Amino acid sequence: MTANFDAIKSIPYFTGLSDAALAVVNNHVFEKKAVRGDILVFEGEPAEALYFVVAGVVKVFKTSADGKEQILRIIRPGDSFNDVPALGGRNLASAAAMSAVVLQGIKKKDLEALSREYPQIASNIIKVLSLRVEEMIALVEDFSFRHVNGRVAKILLEYAGNGERPRLTQQEMAAMIGTAREMVGRSFRNLEAEGAIRIERNRIIIADYTALKKIAGITE
Amino acid sequence: MPELPIIDEAKCDQCGLCVSICVCGALQMKDNKITVVKVDDCGWCTMCELVCPTGAISCPFEIVIEDDKK
Repeated sequence: MTANFDAIKSIPYFTGLSDAALAVVNNHVFEKKAVRGDILVFEGEPAEALYFVVAGVVKVFKTSADGKEQILRIIRPGDSFNDVPALGGRNLASAAAMSAVVLQGIKKKDLEALSREYPQIASNIIKVLSLRVEEMIALVEDFSFRHVNGRVAKILLEYAGNGERPRLTQQEMAAMIGTAREMVGRSFRNLEAEGAIRIERNRIIIADYTALKKIAGITE
Repeated sequence: MPELPIIDEAKCDQCGLCVSICVCGALQMKDNKITVVKVDDCGWCTMCELVCPTGAISCPFEIVIEDDKK
């Protein structure tokens, strides 16, 4: 199947290419469709292709031994996933369709050949990978140093009330803490597992005030 | 009727990603505009807020202290 040529033009990997080069790239692009819930890439398996989202949303995630899922990235139209493995070895994370999705892919061997043929693609790949490293370093920082659970706990205590305090979204809490929204969701799950809070739809109930204060590092 | 996600029409660019991931059907595209439809089973998964590229959707949480815990 011939993929949509316009979609390829807007992908960072192929910016700055001539129409003739884009046409060559287009010959190597295949299209893949999936429905909500389909696993598109399995963690640990040999990487086969680099994917671009044309329509829909994809989540890239890792799953712990006890089944907990941590979303690493949300991929929207125009963005790519499986970048690093497609240039390396095995898939580093899994990816699943969050909605009906249309993807375009390029097989690993084709991408390697294209990057040898067109130095502009190689240069673009370096830029994309550099961005991925930045994102991963930010995530490592969050996991390692920022004690997100404690900071989320502090915000929950500050904003707890009986209707008189403003309600907060996970995005707002993430902005207050200086972390990614995904980290706030993870903290909710951690705090719930510890019994400090309980989430009932759009209400966060502080179930153990003392425990939450301790997690927040408030000692008076 | 449960509370539903809030859409800021000024920020919304009608990309439709929220509609595509909404499991309960609370979000629908009507006349080229994202509309919140009243449904009983919106579980506040907040995925619409997560995928929105322009930050147009809010799923805020009320934070309360359980009566006898303070």
